[in-house]
Amino acid sequence: MIYFGELKEKKGIVNIIKDRCKGCSFCVEYCPRDVLEMSEEFNVKGYHPPRVINPDNCCYCQLCEAICPEFAIFVTLREEEEREREKEISRP
Amino acid sequence: MKPEDRVEGRHPMEEFLRMDRMPHIWCSGCGIGIVVTSFIEALQKSGLDPNKVCVCSGIGCTGRVAGYVKLDSFHTTHGRPVPFATGLKLANPELKVVVFSGDGDIVGIGGNHFIHAARRNMDIVVICVNNFNYAMTGGQVAATTPIGANLSTAPYGNFEYPFNLPYLAEACGATYVARWTCLHIRRVTKSIQEALQKRGFSFIEVITPCVTLYARRNRLGDGLNLLRYYYENSEIRHGADTRTLDIGYQGKIIVGKFVDIEKPTFLDCMNNHLRKVLGDKYQPWGVKS
Ligand code: SF4
Ligand code: SF4
Ligand code: SF4
Repeated sequence: MIYFGELKEKKGIVNIIKDRCKGCSFCVEYCPRDVLEMSEEFNVKGYHPPRVINPDNCCYCQLCEAICPEFAIFVTLREEEEREREKEISRP
Repeated sequence: MKPEDRVEGRHPMEEFLRMDRMPHIWCSGCGIGIVVTSFIEALQKSGLDPNKVCVCSGIGCTGRVAGYVKLDSFHTTHGRPVPFATGLKLANPELKVVVFSGDGDIVGIGGNHFIHAARRNMDIVVICVNNFNYAMTGGQVAATTPIGANLSTAPYGNFEYPFNLPYLAEACGATYVARWTCLHIRRVTKSIQEALQKRGFSFIEVITPCVTLYARRNRLGDGLNLLRYYYENSEIRHGADTRTLDIGYQGKIIVGKFVDIEKPTFLDCMNNHLRKVLGDKYQPWGVKS
């Protein structure tokens, strides 16, 4: 096993601002972890926004956020992961 | 932006955008928004004071950027963002002036201004979004349209030689020249960041898809098809000879950073020269004492 010390994979929470999306599907195509998929629903502008299908796969790489031309998707760091990490570090 | 500063429901870039003007006018699948995202990220990373950064745009789809970024910005007449930026920089040398406009605006209509600003080594950053046509006015042939592309003023295909922008910029004297496609998000961000932190005339060409006109008239599909084309056909070659960077119709795109040199800027040259000629009588302009 490769030892990475206390380094742990980051987890992200995807935030989609649906009504701002124009349905270009760039985020779906370029997410390296296949977290997203285009949905069938319509937003107020009549586009299909993406939806999250694999929330646990998101690795907080922020690629979706960088490639979105509409400022409609972004990620936040998953807090409970942080707490879990602290717990692990303090374990005797 | 630090992870803990991100909050749910608020996009981390809203701080730098005029949200009252959103949604922006760009079509679904257009790449200009990606370049704006890269620019904002570069600005955040560069650590520059946003109150000391100005953005000038001309007319065109990309020309709208000045109206969307929450910085001091000016939407100039067609082709004139470079002379406007020159004036702004000379009147207020402590500002970092960024020209953010399209290919038709910067090297077509405003080509003459561009070459002279580069020749003088004005200390400005020029971000040129190249979508190969005059998009806002209905898809006319621009100075960058590849030979063979069909556009509204070239219904049988374009036969004019296009500009090779990095070569043009280098030949005119630019001190920083890079070309990317909008798919190279992180590299565009890094290039803009380097340019913002550099003194001298910096030029960054970013190739973006124009789905509504260029792609539709040439039946190239939607934005995603063009991003896939960039992915398959772009090759990173840093320091390549800029004479070899022509882009053929749906051909190979050589990207990278081609020029990064240091050279005294216009204001340095002016101050040095006049100090030499006039001696102590001369008060240097724009130098922090
Ligand atoms: S942050 Fe990365 S892994 Fe998570 S959804 Fe976005 S692109 Fe996918
Ligand atoms: S990249 Fe942005 S605009 Fe395009 S589908 Fe995803 S969220 Fe919507
Ligand atoms: S016309 Fe072309 S360049 Fe202009 S917003 Fe639409 S896709 Fe983008």
